[in-house]
Amino acid sequence: MSYDALRHFADSWGLLAMALLFLTLIAWPFRPSARARNQEAANMIFKDDEHG
Amino acid sequence: MDTLVAKAGGWLGLALIALVMAAVAVDAPFAVHMIIVALAALLMLWATVSRADYEAIARGLLKMPGDQGLYDDGPVRWGVVATLFWGIAGMAAGLFIALQLAFPALNLNLEYTTFGRLRPLHTSAVIFAFGGNALIATSFYVVQRTCRARLAFPSLARFVFWGYQLFIVLAATGYLMGVTEAKEYAEPEWYVDLWLTIVWVAYLAVFVGTIVKRREPHIYVANWFYLSFIVTIAMLHIVNNLSIPASIVGSKSYAAFAGVQDALTQWWYGHNAVGFFLTAGFLAMMYYFVPKQAERPVYSYRLSIIHFWSLIFLYIWAGPHHLHYTALPDWAQTLGMVFSVILWMPSWGGMINGLMTLNGAWDKIRTDPIIRMMVMALAFYGMSTFEGPMMSIKWVNSMSHYTDWTIGHVHSGALGWNGMITFACVYYLVPRLWGRPRLYSLRMVNWHFWLATVGIVFYAASMWVAGIMQGLMWREYGADGYLVYSFAESVAAMHPMYLIRAAGGAMYLAGFLIMIVNVWATLAGKIRTEKPMAETPYNAAADRPLVPVPAE
Repeated sequence: MSYDALRHFADSWGLLAMALLFLTLIAWPFRPSARARNQEAANMIFKDDEHG
Repeated sequence: MDTLVAKAGGWLGLALIALVMAAVAVDAPFAVHMIIVALAALLMLWATVSRADYEAIARGLLKMPGDQGLYDDGPVRWGVVATLFWGIAGMAAGLFIALQLAFPALNLNLEYTTFGRLRPLHTSAVIFAFGGNALIATSFYVVQRTCRARLAFPSLARFVFWGYQLFIVLAATGYLMGVTEAKEYAEPEWYVDLWLTIVWVAYLAVFVGTIVKRREPHIYVANWFYLSFIVTIAMLHIVNNLSIPASIVGSKSYAAFAGVQDALTQWWYGHNAVGFFLTAGFLAMMYYFVPKQAERPVYSYRLSIIHFWSLIFLYIWAGPHHLHYTALPDWAQTLGMVFSVILWMPSWGGMINGLMTLNGAWDKIRTDPIIRMMVMALAFYGMSTFEGPMMSIKWVNSMSHYTDWTIGHVHSGALGWNGMITFACVYYLVPRLWGRPRLYSLRMVNWHFWLATVGIVFYAASMWVAGIMQGLMWREYGADGYLVYSFAESVAAMHPMYLIRAAGGAMYLAGFLIMIVNVWATLAGKIRTEKPMAETPYNAAADRPLVPVPAE
């Protein structure tokens, strides 16, 4: 792949794919079903206190 | 017995190879380095064959408890001790070079003590030795607790710790002898880079191995940050240090890239070293230790995930802002600027997430000096992640670049954010790791806090003034188009600011020395009798039932 073709791919489909991947990843924890999991994950460090 | 002989033979063989390399070396620094490697191998040989358990003796000297618990905390304790040890070296070197700028006679007219050689010694000692050991120690501590699993590959974990110390010694002695690749924050030469690569891959193996054997379904967000730090540093380190040695027994190499490609690779590395070493790694500390010390969960777990992915996706593009108005193509400069400005938002999201963790417990700032340090660290994280994007704007950068404003910016991040959060984590860890009821003195933590905070204020404020003054003097044109000031005039004008900066640095170092005394006394098992930071308010007269009044 030439430099020119790479540049064009990077600022069209590459950019779109990265942007969609990013949006999916940050939207993922906002699923309604993730609420309990987030709650549990945030409090996980306080379980089992005698071990630190 | 057979394995003992094999191990001893291995160490002896390694020492002999290093000595042969030293004998045939084409330059003196390489020979010195190979002798250091041979000494390290002989030390290991001695420790292997002698009957005495030297590790146990060293543990006894530092009063480390033996490990009967669930977790493998030996490397964590060593990491804490190394953090403090290298911290003194790095900060003292920093104060010394700050004084060199004010009083050039302190260069001592020796090549080994010139500013040019001591400056990378200072930066590497505080970033990689002080910060790196803190990251290794806390990551080993946090990954075990959050995975509820003992460290994977215990001997590899010890190799990571000692191998990293050897890397630090080789890098530091190299700088003094003038061995450098001349790439900022990546100065060590090719053979030291190869050694660090081996150590780093071992670090990755220990960390991922522990995550794989976890007994907790979810991987806590702090581990995401630690893992991104380890993986990204490996990638950055390998790509930026691609080079060809001039001789296989010499300390000189030539970079694989040239010209502006080399410059861009360097600042892709350099800025992401800030982003993933000094930011992601230390944010991992923040996401575990701030909730633990505040005894409340992180304000928003979802925000922490947005924070994570935003840093991952955005930071990697910000490097070109170090090359504004250079031979780098204009579009690449603008790209770097735009991504730097976008980075402001997730950074502040993370800062708010950390600060709001204290929601409902703000009184702890008054009563708990460790929380106070964490809050100040987050405040400086917020301040420097605002200042950075602002300075990356080309219009601002045209004045701020190459001035001491940059130095001030770096130090508000390094002293304020990295330093303060590390101090807080060490204060959190020491009583727990050494099984003490509490630190020797909380009042001394308070003194440390104020000395450090006021020191940073002196440092940052003097460098703002110095930087803006330099920037304005350098581009001041007279009516007929000549530069009004010579460079030497701008240097002379800096003298008072350099003195104030050195005073700020001295205060910061003084606070750190108080920390050393405090931690040392805690290790020795002493407890200072002192007035507590907060008295429980109690009014005996008011604390009684209402006297029943008979109805009339």
